[in-house]
Amino acid sequence: MINLIHLTVILPLLGFLINGIFGSKIKNEKVIGIIGSSTVGISFLIALGAFFQTLGLPEENRSNVVTLFTWLDVGSLNIKFSYLVDQLSLVMSLVVTGVGFLIHVYSIGYMHGDKGFWRFFSYLNLFIFAMMNLILGDNFLVLFLGWEGVGLCSYLLIGFWYDRKFEKGTVPQAAKKAFIVNRIGDFGFLLGMFLIYQTFDSLNFIDVFSKAASFPVNETTFSFIALFLFIGATGKSAQIPLFVWLPDAMAGPTPVSALIHAATMVTAGVYMVARSAIIFASAPTIMVVVAVIGLMTAFFAATVGLVQNDIKKVLAYSTVSQLGYMFLACGVGAFSAGIFHVMTHAFFKALLFLGAGSIIHAMHEQQDIRHYGNLKNYMPKTYITFIIAAFAISGFPGLSGFFSKDEILWNAYANGNMLMWIIGVATAMMTAFYMFRLVFLTFFGKERFDTHHTHPHESPKVMTIPLTILAFLSVVGGYVGIPVLFSGEGGNQFEEWLKPIFAPAQRKLEIYGSHSHFEEIVLMVISVVLALGAIYFSYVVYTKRKDIAEKVSHQFSTLYKILLNKYKVDEFYEFMIVVPIQKFSEKVLWKIADNKLIDGFVNGTATIVNSTSGVIKKLQTGLTQFYAVLMMFGIAAVLFWIIINL
Amino acid sequence: MNIPIEYYLVLSAFMFVVGATGVIIRRNAIVVFMSIELMLNSANLSLVTYSSYLGNVMGQLFVFFVMTVAAAEAAIGLAIIIMVFRNKLTVNIDEINLFKW
Repeated sequence: MINLIHLTVILPLLGFLINGIFGSKIKNEKVIGIIGSSTVGISFLIALGAFFQTLGLPEENRSNVVTLFTWLDVGSLNIKFSYLVDQLSLVMSLVVTGVGFLIHVYSIGYMHGDKGFWRFFSYLNLFIFAMMNLILGDNFLVLFLGWEGVGLCSYLLIGFWYDRKFEKGTVPQAAKKAFIVNRIGDFGFLLGMFLIYQTFDSLNFIDVFSKAASFPVNETTFSFIALFLFIGATGKSAQIPLFVWLPDAMAGPTPVSALIHAATMVTAGVYMVARSAIIFASAPTIMVVVAVIGLMTAFFAATVGLVQNDIKKVLAYSTVSQLGYMFLACGVGAFSAGIFHVMTHAFFKALLFLGAGSIIHAMHEQQDIRHYGNLKNYMPKTYITFIIAAFAISGFPGLSGFFSKDEILWNAYANGNMLMWIIGVATAMMTAFYMFRLVFLTFFGKERFDTHHTHPHESPKVMTIPLTILAFLSVVGGYVGIPVLFSGEGGNQFEEWLKPIFAPAQRKLEIYGSHSHFEEIVLMVISVVLALGAIYFSYVVYTKRKDIAEKVSHQFSTLYKILLNKYKVDEFYEFMIVVPIQKFSEKVLWKIADNKLIDGFVNGTATIVNSTSGVIKKLQTGLTQFYAVLMMFGIAAVLFWIIINL
Repeated sequence: MNIPIEYYLVLSAFMFVVGATGVIIRRNAIVVFMSIELMLNSANLSLVTYSSYLGNVMGQLFVFFVMTVAAAEAAIGLAIIIMVFRNKLTVNIDEINLFKW
């Protein structure tokens, strides 16, 4: 199955081509949906096969390269289009194709009746194609190909309903914002790639990382490489300062938010950082930067999430916050914990988004949670799955989020410091609070919508079955990575599986588990208690004592407004960057550089030619005999010249 | 009696100059045309002269070609002049200046 791994990439591409070219002719939603979903489903099965095959191999043979063809061969730059099938890429491919397949199936129900049904599925397939290239590529250039590809698909899918309004602007504006902000990050990534090639004379992962592990390259070079790569990651994975596009990306259809802006694409940055673990490990300063940025993002995004009223906005900020956790994990050297959280987060966040989609679907595109209420009676399946996901993300003991989040918090304490842990736990508390705020406002209390006009109903099976499967995964997904604390001898299975990938980085970082299990238990209990407390508090505030929320928001009205306005980051960027660039473009680049310099040069050339020819054209008198005389003189001159040269 | 070669050549040159002058100074297109024929014939005379002088038949052979070309050219040229006359009601060459700037 490892040898067939390229099919996981080619099949979605085929699906894209079929639906993209013939989709508008097919007209039958079922056919389009089945083509779109089955290609991804088969990809998942192949990835699963490759996984089990790899599992059966001895540990030192688990990293395999499948070469398709030579892409570029210029001088010393030799780039093969090949895929690296190893522990890390297999985990990621299983998540992407698995969750991707479920979301494809869900979309058949969600997008039912949309005029762009076929377009939607072809874009989704194209996305899976690009994402698989990103994950499986065995060198930075193939990764970059996927990296740009997912950015394109993200743009196409955010702008899917291009004729609609979104908040203060339009949907295409949100799409453009996502694309442009991503470009800034991509630029950083590109610089990092150039620097890697200059330093290691290769872009191949295996070459670069083995050289990085053994070569005495000075730390400054590593720092710059790591910093540039991390800038790329902040763009793709929505970290401070480039997170602003992700909340606006909610302009896209909800399955898109679930697939691209929660489960898969935004974790590409984490994957890339984890893949280049050895480079980051060689640059301790940048590791701190990664951890701090991750922590800050986690914290600030969570605070914003506390007060948002749009269900998708809350989830978007929650995603930004959880991505911050993953970077925190990478920053403190716990790469496998970061990847573990990528996986569990993919399950429960996709579930939350799909649940939100199911609700929005039932409520006729209403996204404001203030207009929901008591939906548990109308849509029980969505209710149960949503609440499971909410428990999972809050870190309820035994669910997937608990294991991965706790792993990260523990590592933040063990390899970082106490402050990181405290902020991390505070974030976890806020997460629990706003998730259950969402749950209580949506599913409990009285109906706050017009019951005469709106009749919420449970979504069709094609939507609820993926919800159920994801709910199951959200519950059990964590059991592949039970911490050493509970599993004892066997150790953390997930960590053991990824160990060979991160071993060189771990050696360089010199991380040894020196803390006692007692500390771990204490910290774990504290964080769990605090999270449960936050859930209870949210229960009190949003079901029993509604006046508390009012009072608090009045008492701290300034703070409340700041949070509601998302720290005015968008406005700040608008004022500091967008407006100056627009002004500069208009006043200088357009009015002066374009109109005066470029146009001046072009028009000036034409004027010179025109005035010169104005003189020369007088020769064309139109008198035949004048031409005849000139011709005779010419012939005479030529003859004369020939004769004297004889 | 043997006529010296210079006589022929002088006659040929004279004919050529008359023809060239005619081309340059005459306004009537038909006369210009006749002048061109005169120049061609002066060239023919030179060719025949040298052919006989050098005892080489190639010169005379070439004259036939020139005469053929002249005939063809006359046919086309006259046709053009007729067409021009139909359109402009004149064959004065200085009044036909379509290519003027």
